[in-house]
Parts: sequence; structure tokens; C-alpha cells
Amino acid sequence: MTSPDVSTRADAAAASLTPPPDTVADAQATPGRPQPFAALGLTADEFERVRAVLGRRPTDAELAIYSVMWSEHCSYKSSRRHLRQFADKAPATDVLLAGMGQNAGVVDIGQGYAVTFKIESHNHPSYVEPYQGAATGVGGIVRDILAMGARPVAVMDALRFGPADAPDTHRVLPGVVGGISFYGNCLGLPNIGGELAFDPCYLGNPLVNALCVGVLRHEDLKLAAATGPGNQVILLGSRTGPDGIGGASVLASASFGGAGEGAKRPSVQVGDPFMEKLLVECCLELYAAGLVVGIQDLGAAGVACATTELSAGGGTGMRVSLDRVPLRDASLGPAEILMSESQERMMAIVQPADVAPFLAICAKWDVPATVIGEVTDTGRLEMTWHGAQVVDIPPGSAADDGPVYDRPVRRPRSQDALIGDDPARLRRPADGAELRADLLLLLGSAEGGDKSWVTEQYDCYVRGDTVLATPHDAGLLRIDELTGLGVALATDGNGRFCDLDPYTGTQLALAEAYRNVAASGARPLAVTNCLNFGSPEDPAVMWQFTEAVRGLADGCQQLGVPVTGGNVSFYNQTGSVAIRPTPVVGVLGVHDDVRRRLASGFSVPDATIVLLGETRPEFGGSLWAWLRHHHIGGRPPAVDLMTEQSLAEVLVTAGARQLILAAHDLSDGGLGLAVAEACVAGGCGCVITLPGDAATFLFSESAARAVVLVSPAAEESFSRLCAASGVRATELGRTGGDVIEVTGQFAVSLAELAEAHRRALPALFG
Amino acid sequence: MTARIGVVTFPGSLDDRDACRAVQRAGAQPVELWHGDASLHGVDGVILPGGFSYGDYLRCGAIARFAPVMGEIVPAAARGLPVLGICNGFQILCEAHLLPGALTRNAARRFVNREVRIRIENASSAWTSGYQPGQELAVVLKSGEGAYMADQATLAELESRGGILCRYADGNPNGSVAGIAGVVSEAGNVAGLMPHPEHAIDALTGPSADGLAFFTSVLQAVALA
Repeated sequence: MTSPDVSTRADAAAASLTPPPDTVADAQATPGRPQPFAALGLTADEFERVRAVLGRRPTDAELAIYSVMWSEHCSYKSSRRHLRQFADKAPATDVLLAGMGQNAGVVDIGQGYAVTFKIESHNHPSYVEPYQGAATGVGGIVRDILAMGARPVAVMDALRFGPADAPDTHRVLPGVVGGISFYGNCLGLPNIGGELAFDPCYLGNPLVNALCVGVLRHEDLKLAAATGPGNQVILLGSRTGPDGIGGASVLASASFGGAGEGAKRPSVQVGDPFMEKLLVECCLELYAAGLVVGIQDLGAAGVACATTELSAGGGTGMRVSLDRVPLRDASLGPAEILMSESQERMMAIVQPADVAPFLAICAKWDVPATVIGEVTDTGRLEMTWHGAQVVDIPPGSAADDGPVYDRPVRRPRSQDALIGDDPARLRRPADGAELRADLLLLLGSAEGGDKSWVTEQYDCYVRGDTVLATPHDAGLLRIDELTGLGVALATDGNGRFCDLDPYTGTQLALAEAYRNVAASGARPLAVTNCLNFGSPEDPAVMWQFTEAVRGLADGCQQLGVPVTGGNVSFYNQTGSVAIRPTPVVGVLGVHDDVRRRLASGFSVPDATIVLLGETRPEFGGSLWAWLRHHHIGGRPPAVDLMTEQSLAEVLVTAGARQLILAAHDLSDGGLGLAVAEACVAGGCGCVITLPGDAATFLFSESAARAVVLVSPAAEESFSRLCAASGVRATELGRTGGDVIEVTGQFAVSLAELAEAHRRALPALFG
Repeated sequence: MTARIGVVTFPGSLDDRDACRAVQRAGAQPVELWHGDASLHGVDGVILPGGFSYGDYLRCGAIARFAPVMGEIVPAAARGLPVLGICNGFQILCEAHLLPGALTRNAARRFVNREVRIRIENASSAWTSGYQPGQELAVVLKSGEGAYMADQATLAELESRGGILCRYADGNPNGSVAGIAGVVSEAGNVAGLMPHPEHAIDALTGPSADGLAFFTSVLQAVALA
């Protein structure tokens, strides 16, 4: 320490509240003392491995570090060997400024700008305590983006709940939405999109995946590395409290047992978005002043994670006085301080001469900041508690060299019966009246209905750069006001498709997000993912997981979009029943001029509606089969990534040349739902003629399709563009009036459609 | 000479950047004012922007009214300085008693982010002279505590002196009494409203460009002063 280690009276008082710590000397003197490794989530083998690394038993504080850092959540021990495929199969690209392994991937979008984006799960906390669980999910991902040197500029949320009419969904959903609203709105980040889905498999395990995107100039990139021995370690932000202790290990890395989840409530963090807002502005001012050598956010595993990763990342050592960590609860001891997941904290590495100006900027923003240690050249992470040494470990052993498992993988025998249950046997709507009824069923369902009940609780306008947000296919942000440069983002996932075939289902999620981004007029550029699965200790789940990873890696290779980072969430199950495999894929695209964005609504009459792509009778896992027949079986729609690429090319080119007025991707609910949504959103009816079997054309979910509204007088140019790109274009009809008429089948007024659409969620949630 | 319009940043202000952009689009020079700085730096008008000042802890605007910069704004407003409070800024003006009434929790008890239509009731204030009486605007409302409340005597006084700046024109999105979306001081220089004119300056990023005249109106007021 460069500053003298003076114990204040407050320190002394705090020390008297906690029992004497278990020191390194104690660990050497009492090698056989029993330790609660199992309660902390470590296996007996893992505990032995810690002993082997240290050559002695760990102290209580060291055990705390290893238990959280070697948890599934932090170490990726079951997934790591599979995730390598994202690097091994990465397409050749020069857009990545920072890739996997960093807090978030960083992508060059041109004009000197870079964006960083990432999606992460906060599933288990959001089930135990929906409001705070979801709120702190937003807070955590925002700090990941901030740690890269970027200004966070928007968030999105991919949400999945149990059946919309289940009583517990009425506890979880309003809490989750309220928490996201509370935290994101107060933080001043526009919420520009996401997903909302319902399925019985999420009743005991909702999925709350939060995405954040940030913007920086190339030269502002920051990395999590503690370099320069003698540099100071500063903890800034909220005081450390007893919230979230063991969140990464006992909560995120274990299945729910079915009862008494309330007992895990102390493992859920409590959020203070006001402090996070101050922390964001404070850090950005610190970056601009050039006062930060390295920085890391405190999320899962708190101080344990930040200190081990920073020193491992810098290839250095670190000496930390844990008793200097400012506390909200003076009775916390070293192990609890290390494991606490109190929110709104960052750890910065600062040159000694810069400490005074650093602390002055923190004071300006009323952000508490404390020097708690310094970087050393010892290669050891050493920590003291009121002078006594309680930690002395090689930091890489906790941060990088945790256990790696090759879990057994077995395709479940039930899979054949599942895909053998062909939806061809399902009764299709037989006449116009039944087609009409099915369209209203889809449009008025919680899945297909208007999501305004949720999105009206989120501020989508703050910062003044939101060009498109929900209900459009992708969120679109303006990055540069002069040039019109922007970025588009979409997330997609489909548990039904992945249940039938995790490889294909994951590629369908990728393809849909890719298509959604292109439907705004943006060129897809890079991928993030949040892989939500059941227990990795179940070979059937591991089969789903390995298939999904392989599908995503292959798909990204073919589409030429690299995976920049992501998150794996295992143990999404209650008892032995896992959720459907639900990889959520986020795609980021760059828009050359957001003034030429494509919206999804049909608002111009007398324009031609054109269907792009091939339609086949593909009902396996479709929304129609699920809602009409409660059926999930057969094969998911076929994937054709070459066609996806051509389709995206058509959409982007047609948007830039202003050949089309609107574009809407076809996914859940097929053409029927897409046309109904586009007409309701734009307030314009239409007359369309289906070029084949009506039920297939309305409700099949064949991939690589979109519906567009062609600018009057541009029909010929547009059809030449489609022909040159090899994308089938089928003219369906024209916009106009206040009715949707399907020639020879049925007509339904926009008012009736809009009412069914609008009522879907309010009828359920008030 | 270009008018200089100050935009105050409190800890937790969020729409300060948007307010600065609106001022710039209107042809004036935005001046960033800091909550802890007891000086207005000679600005010709002040905007208190939207956000969650001090986290809206205790009560929206209740802490911000004690900020050093407010010690300058209150007497300057009494001398006729144009002051506009948007959303959280409106809440602060009510807490500071520069405007009557109070903002309470939305009737539906949820945050509301929505395009709304408002009708200009008083088109002679420093901030609305660019509109016609009765003109309707498409703007954004985004607030959790946006329901305007005042007692009967205050409402009667507001009605009789033209103190109602604007009303919600297409339903009442938050349960405001008499559909009031904004009010204005007797002298016409201090105005507050819950919807966000600064988010309606460009149809690319907002519902319309209808809000821009708030920021051009004040330039007229400054030029005449």
C-alpha cells in the first residue's frame, strides 16, 4: 500500500462485530478442519482440486472465491469445451475489435464508431423475486457494456413465462416487467425491443434475458486487466451489503427443488438504478479524462470475480485490504464481502498520480470510491483483513483454470416419437369461416397479441435516437446525427422448434434475428447469444445443448456473422423437468442511413403487397399447431441460410434504394399473422389472393420469408432486384380500405382485428 | 444575438441531452447548467428536463427543489425569466411552488410510455406563443407519477386566469384532474407539462415535429424581453 494502513475507530468497531477471520496461517495450522464446501456448491473433487492448487486447505475466504468462481455460472465448466466452436468456426471478419472472453464483444461499425452488445440471463433471481431479479438483470448487463469503455445506449429484453392464464404467471410477469421498467427507465436507457413468449415449460422457471448495447469510439476501448505494479485498485459505487451472497453458485448454478424457493431470496440482489446512472456518468467522465488503466464491473461473484479476473487478465498480482471495502452492514466478514453481489459497483485500476483527480470526479457525481489495494508483480492475489492475511492464491487458478467437464451427452429416445408425430394429421381449417377464426385466435392470443401492455411500461424515447422500437421487427438506433449511421438489433428464440430439433431450431432463431435486422434495412454484422437450458448433469439436456451450439456455430459460419460473446444459463428446471431448450440469439446490424429505415406497418394505400420466399406446408412447432391443437411434434421448418442471405440482401438493397415502403418478417403465425400485424400497425386494410392452399399460405412457418409493401412505380425495379438475387417474389394484392379480405375465403375488418390484438394482454393482466 | 437557454442536469436527469438538442434545433444555444452550481451563467431561459432527479427518492422533485441552482432559478423566475419544466422538471417546479398543484401516481399504477395528443389551451405563454389556441400536438408521455392534482379553488383559479397550458386531447392517460397535462404561471413565463415536447422535434425519432414550437416560442419571448 502506498497509503498507510490506518485502522479507524469505525474499522475497529466493525472488526469487533465479526468473528476472528480464518487466516492463511490458520489454514496451515489446522489442515483437517471441516469446511462447508458442499453447501457452497463445490463437489468433493473440486474441493480436493482447490487443496491441490494451494498445497493446503483453503481459508474460508479462499473457499468463498473458488466456490463462486468455479460455479457453472462463472466458469462455464460444462459448456466451455463446446463453446470453442464459436471461435473455431468463426467466419473471417475484420469487424471484431474485441471478441469472446471479454466482458462483451466489440464490433467496428465504421466512421470511427464501435458498438458493444451482449445478452445475459437473470432467470432464477427473476423467479424468486421477480421485481428485483429482473431489475438487477438490466443493471448487470449495463455494467458489462460500461466496462468496455462504451456509453450504454439501449436495452432489450427477451422474456418467457408460464401459461398466460396461470396464477403464478400473474405473480411473475407483472413483477418482471415492473422491475425492468423501474430500473431501465430510471437509468435513462431506451428499451427498443425484445420478445414475450408463454409456454407451460417456463411456469416454474421463467426466462429473463436482458441485452444492452453501447457505443464508443475505437480509441476508447477498455479491457479488464490490472497492469502496472504499483497502480491502485479502486472500488467505486454502492457500498457492499449482504445481498446476493452466493447468487452465482447456490442460486444460478442449481435447479429449483420445487418448494421453499423463498429461502433463496437473500441470494437475490437489490437494485438502485439511481446509483447506476451516477456510476455510468462518472465512469464515462473518468474515461474521457484518461484516468482509467483497466476496469471491471462487479456482477456475479462480486469482489472475488473482479479481483481474480483483473489480476489474471493483467498477468500480475494484487494486494487488497478487504477491511477497506465500504459496507452497508458492518457485520460482514471477508468471505461474505468476497461473495456479495451488491449491485452498482465497479473496480478500476488507476495510476498513483491519478488517484486524486479520479476521486474528485467520483465526488462530483456523489459516487463513493475507495482505494482498497494495489497491483503487484508477485503473480499472487493477496488479501488481508485488519492486517491478517486471509487470501493468498494464484488468481488464474480461480479465474481461468477452473474445472472443465466433458458431460455425458445422449439423444433422448423420446426424440424419435416427438419428430414422428407429424402435424400433417392435424385438422386444418376447412373453409373461409374457419380460416378467419384461426387468424383471430392467433392475433388475439397472448403470444400473437399486441405487446403494448408490457412495452408501454418502458421508455423507448429517452436519448432521442430511437428510430424503431417494438412492435417493429428490430430496434433501430441512430448513432450519428449527421451521417445517419445507425445500428439495428433483434433477439429471437423458439423453444418449440428447439424441442423438436435443437440444431435446426437454433439456426431458425439465428435466421429470424438476422432477417429481422435486415427488415429494418440494416446489414447483419455480429451475433450474441443467451443459451437457456436445463441441468447439464442430464445427458439429454447436454445433447440439446451441444446440438444448439453446433447449429449456431455452423449457422454463423455460413451467414458470415461472428459470435462476439454470450452467456450460458443451465439448471433452468424444477425437479427433473427441464425447460424446452431455449437459445436466444441476438443479431446486430449496421444501417448506413437510418432516415431510410423500413418500418413494419402498412400505412400507404394502393401499394402492392409482395411475399418474398418459398412457402411449404411446415407446421411442426408452429404457433397455429400449438394454439389450435396444443400440438408440438414433427420437424421444425427447414433452414436455408443461402436464401436467408439473399433475402436479407434484397431487403437491405430495396430499403436503401427506397423501392419498398415497409417490410415485415414472417415467423410465428406465418403470413396471416404478419399481414394482420402490418395492417393493424399501419392502419390500412388490404385485399390479397393466396397462390395455393389457404391454410398453408396463412399459417405455415416456412423460414426465409418476408412480406413487403412495394413503392408505387417501383414494382418493376423491385421485381428485377428479386430475380437477380434469386428470391421468389409473389404478388399477393394491394393495400387499401379498412378490411383485410382474402379473396374467395373471408374478410375481417381492421377494427375487429385491432380489438382482438389490443385486448390480448389487458384481458389477462388488467 | 443567439439566445442562450440553460438546461439543468440534476443527478438522475435523463432527458437533458434531448432538451439541449431541441434548443439547438430551434436555433438557440444550449447551456449546460449543473445542479450544484449556484449560478445561471446569464442564460435567457431555463429548462428543467425529464428524468429521475435524485432517483425520485422521497417524492418526485422533492430533493431537487433544494439544489443550489434552484436557489437562483426561483428568484429569477419571479423577475420574469422563462422557465420550462418537462416531466420531472414539472414535478420540481410544483415542489418548488413555482407552479400550483402536484403530480401523483398514474391512475393505473403503472408507468405509461405512449404517444398522446395534447391541446394547447394557453397560446400566449413564453413557451407556447408559437401555437394557435386549441391546436393539437402529437407528443410523447412517459411517466409513472404524471396525474396532475389540485384542489377545487386552485382549479377554479387556473381556469379563470388561463393557467391551464395544455390538456390531454384523446382520453386521459394517467387520471389527471380535468385532463390537465400542463400549467403556466400567472405572468406566463413559468410553464410545466408532463408530456415531452423535446421528444417531438423530428418525426424520425418521435411521433411528430409538433413540439419544436415550445423552443422557438421562447426565442420570441427572449427577443421581446
